[in-house]
Amino acid sequence: MARIATTQRVAVSTAAAWLCGFLIFFPILWMVLASFKTELEAFAIPPSFLFFHWTLENYATVQERSDYLHHALNSIIIAGGSTLIALLIAIPAAWSMAFSPTKRTKDILLWMLSTKMMPPVGVLVPIYLIYKNVGLLDSRIGLIFILCLGNLPIVIWMLFTYFKEIPRDILEAARMDGATVGRELVYVLTPMAIPGLASTLLLNLILAWNEAFWTLNLSTSEAAPLTVFIASYSSPEGLFWAKLSAASTLAIAPILVLGWFSQKQLVRGLTFGAVK
Amino acid sequence: MATRQTQYLARSLLAPAVGLLFIWMIVPLALTLYFSTLHYSLLDPGSEAFVGLENFRYFLTDPAFLASLQNTLVLVGSVLVLTILLGIPLALLLDQPVVGRNIVRLMVIAPFFVMPTVSALVWKNLLMHPVSGLFAWLAKVFGLTPIDWFNDMPMFAIILIVAWQWLPFATLILLTALQSLDEEQKEAAEMDGASGVSTFIYITLPHLARPITVVVLIETIFLLTVFAEIFVTTGGGPGLQTTNIAFLIYSQALIQFDVGSASAGGLVAVVIANIVAFFLVRIVGRNLEA
Repeated sequence: MARIATTQRVAVSTAAAWLCGFLIFFPILWMVLASFKTELEAFAIPPSFLFFHWTLENYATVQERSDYLHHALNSIIIAGGSTLIALLIAIPAAWSMAFSPTKRTKDILLWMLSTKMMPPVGVLVPIYLIYKNVGLLDSRIGLIFILCLGNLPIVIWMLFTYFKEIPRDILEAARMDGATVGRELVYVLTPMAIPGLASTLLLNLILAWNEAFWTLNLSTSEAAPLTVFIASYSSPEGLFWAKLSAASTLAIAPILVLGWFSQKQLVRGLTFGAVK
Repeated sequence: MATRQTQYLARSLLAPAVGLLFIWMIVPLALTLYFSTLHYSLLDPGSEAFVGLENFRYFLTDPAFLASLQNTLVLVGSVLVLTILLGIPLALLLDQPVVGRNIVRLMVIAPFFVMPTVSALVWKNLLMHPVSGLFAWLAKVFGLTPIDWFNDMPMFAIILIVAWQWLPFATLILLTALQSLDEEQKEAAEMDGASGVSTFIYITLPHLARPITVVVLIETIFLLTVFAEIFVTTGGGPGLQTTNIAFLIYSQALIQFDVGSASAGGLVAVVIANIVAFFLVRIVGRNLEA
């Protein structure tokens, strides 16, 4: 840092940055606060910011009345399942393209990317009809399958860029020492690939958890994950803001924590390596 | 170097992924194409008949199509402008020496991780409610008339919600790009007596050109099919005021059960997305060679 940062300058930019950060974060904070209010307080004008009657009642009500845990479990199974299957398919593919590239590797990668750009609404009709005919509507398997395919290109791309960074000299050295492909995979590649694998897993979990096109269109109750459960609050009866806030807070908390850990990978994964 | 055996192995490792994506791309698209040439209503099963391009004529001349195309462009354009115009100063600010920068970054990035249905409902109720929302209270405090967001300016309300969700994305990408900017170049410019403004215009902004392009293209891909935010707030209304192409196709397929014309609309959406995708793929491809 050769540039001289005067105390005054730091003070000004700190104040401005904290103000912006606070404003952007405010809707989330406001929602979390509302989740601890009673329904009357959540609806009250003028609103109370901190000095209200703090209560956990909403969290209990959300579980009792609408079986929150059932939908949370669906979210976990659908996001987790689709991510794991996508990884199982993507790891060998990315490995092969990163370590035995051919003339067509670049074309294949770009073609995979282009499948991600197909708008889901363009294939909504056939997918819906197929699902209806084979009984996959409102089923976890159906959602796992579709989210897995939808995110597969991103998973392959991310893994590819990570595998690409593993120095090939190491592989050759291992080969010289007489390592077989299997040993090479277990003792050399895997340890070096774990950070990349972990961040791919994390980003994909977040994307699948928040996915709200297929989940809204293909599930209603049995298989409905949290996105659909929250959407059911759009046509409520009576006072419901505090309960909506409690359900929402629970639905976004785990992903917010995961997301904060993965912000660096987010850029890489969502720009397909175009910005590093 | 690579023996025939390892090449064979490499190909068989790649095959499942390529095969699955190929089926995923081809089968639904072919079916959409096929349905788009049929008179096919789920309310009237068994009456399917080939009608050629009739569905396209119907879909493209439907006043709802033009309205929703316009809404789509307004939504995508406004959110792009908002996220980039706010994202650049925000990224520049976060690139400065700031006490507790990591915490500020966490707060700025947070909206991106909130599921669309939650953001939309929290904004609609807790913030934008015309009587008890926080905005209404603020308006009253400043002596203004509260705005009935979803009746008086529904599209603007949706634009605000979606821009809030995507501002972190633009900011984070621009910030990442700024941090890779060569400090020495900037210092040299300052030594030569360049002002902060001209350093920004001649060094920083050209450096940001590429990431801005990437932000525009990627956001466009996702924004073209904004769905959940409209689904839980306005349901496309009032009238058609907030119906975009994605929502129009959804309502034709799953509310009016008109499979034929929804499929024709789906293909129109695919074509629009492909125009954007063409440019994005070229940029990414160029990067792959470097």
